Amino acid sequence: MSDKPKFAMYWAASCGGCEIAVLNIHEKILDVDANFDIAFWPVAMDAKYKDVEAMEDGSILLTLFNGGIRTEENEHLAKLLRKKSQILVAFGSCAVEGGNPGLANFSTKDQIFETVYSTVSTENPDGVYPQPSFEMPEGTITIPVFEPVLRTLDQVVDVDYYMPGCPPESHQIEAVIDLVIQVLEGKAELPPKGATIGVGPSTCCDECTRTRNVKKIKEFRRIQLVDDIDPDLCLLEQGILCVGPATASGCGAKCPTAGAPCIGCYGPAAGVVDFGARMMTAVASVIDSRDPDEIDRILDGIVDPAGTFYKFNLAHSLLRTGNATWNGK
Amino acid sequence: MTKDFEPLIIGFTCNWCSYRAADMAGTARLKYPPNVRLIRLMCSGRIDPSFILKALAGGADGVLITGCHPGECHYLEQNYKALRRVKLLKRTLAPFGINPDRVKLVWASAAEGVKLAREIGVFVEEIRELGPLNWPARSTPEINPVVEEVEEVAG
Ligand code: SF4
Ligand code: SF4
Repeated sequence: MSDKPKFAMYWAASCGGCEIAVLNIHEKILDVDANFDIAFWPVAMDAKYKDVEAMEDGSILLTLFNGGIRTEENEHLAKLLRKKSQILVAFGSCAVEGGNPGLANFSTKDQIFETVYSTVSTENPDGVYPQPSFEMPEGTITIPVFEPVLRTLDQVVDVDYYMPGCPPESHQIEAVIDLVIQVLEGKAELPPKGATIGVGPSTCCDECTRTRNVKKIKEFRRIQLVDDIDPDLCLLEQGILCVGPATASGCGAKCPTAGAPCIGCYGPAAGVVDFGARMMTAVASVIDSRDPDEIDRILDGIVDPAGTFYKFNLAHSLLRTGNATWNGK
Repeated sequence: MTKDFEPLIIGFTCNWCSYRAADMAGTARLKYPPNVRLIRLMCSGRIDPSFILKALAGGADGVLITGCHPGECHYLEQNYKALRRVKLLKRTLAPFGINPDRVKLVWASAAEGVKLAREIGVFVEEIRELGPLNWPARSTPEINPVVEEVEEVAG
């Protein structure tokens, strides 16, 4: 092996999109190869966990860790890669704030298994459920235990940097890679530990080109049921629940530009304590009514407030889980 | 089941009405249960859902928000804003498995010390009925740091 610094990337509870996003930076990937030795990257090359275990502590310069922590295996790898890495980046919204898989924190483990293994859409005539360990003539075989809640990477290990996005945008990944290479060449300095990187300084609304007037609405509408959307007017003003006001800038307001509401994949904007709370505040301010009954009628138009306001952020919200989940089986 | 359970309630009061009402209740030696820790805001419109969530996550069993009667807000419209926020928050709490009745909004003017004392008493009993919340993912086991923290964000 050469003496180039080492790079690793790992996926925990994730969909694989973050991996694709890194491969999707086109020829920039050659810069990664030119400047780094790939020490461990299961999606791109064969490697065994024991190879990582055998590495010296701190011998990997940069690890991009994507996915939330849902199983014992996720947790083991998070701890292992923390030990072996100088810089550990929570990469993508699942590692940063739980992401979509974090929404499962509204359900207990039993409810999740029920949905996966025995609802009508599942072919499981023998009612087979995964068992963490099983006796075979050859010995005991095991699979990683599914933990009661999904945790974010920083709820399990110390994290150096956060890079949100579902997945992070190519130009943001390229900029971060450029920065790391410049740091290696002594031409730049790393941001302060704990910084969120690859995002803009304000909100998605700030990057959005739709016109905003005074927001006053009498009705919420689901976008799939509306056929008269004004292409230039703010979606929230048209009663379409867009969570741009709570979301960090960085993507260039991709979704509202394309005609769909922002669903918050870039995570909370700087200064937002709880994503859902910020959206509740924003939504409450646009409702044009002082009458309790009318307010209720308008709010009925928001079909799933919790799922909408915490689509990416539940695991990192103030409450983190549903009540039954934490101790649930 | 929970007869000897003493609920812990965080109360957010408005500087212009309910905080004075509570003050008046105190001066007039009206009795209200000691279960509620009052935090003064400049206006009920300052209530941010994150204050309420923080209180619940941190160990409170219930949260009471009090503001000026509709039409009497010192800052004109803000108590309506509080009304809409609290209504939306209550709807959001259900999937978390938190009974929305743990959060209550009450109107009380500066002159209504008696009413406020009574409302506090009623709410304490309602929460006693619901039992302890014991938020499992609570970040802070003690309520005092939570009060400080909530006061800090409330500014
Ligand atoms: S609420 Fe949505 S549509 Fe409106 S300005 Fe913000 S991002 Fe754009
Ligand atoms: S507009 Fe919102 S949901 Fe769409 S990519 Fe940007 S941050 Fe993500």
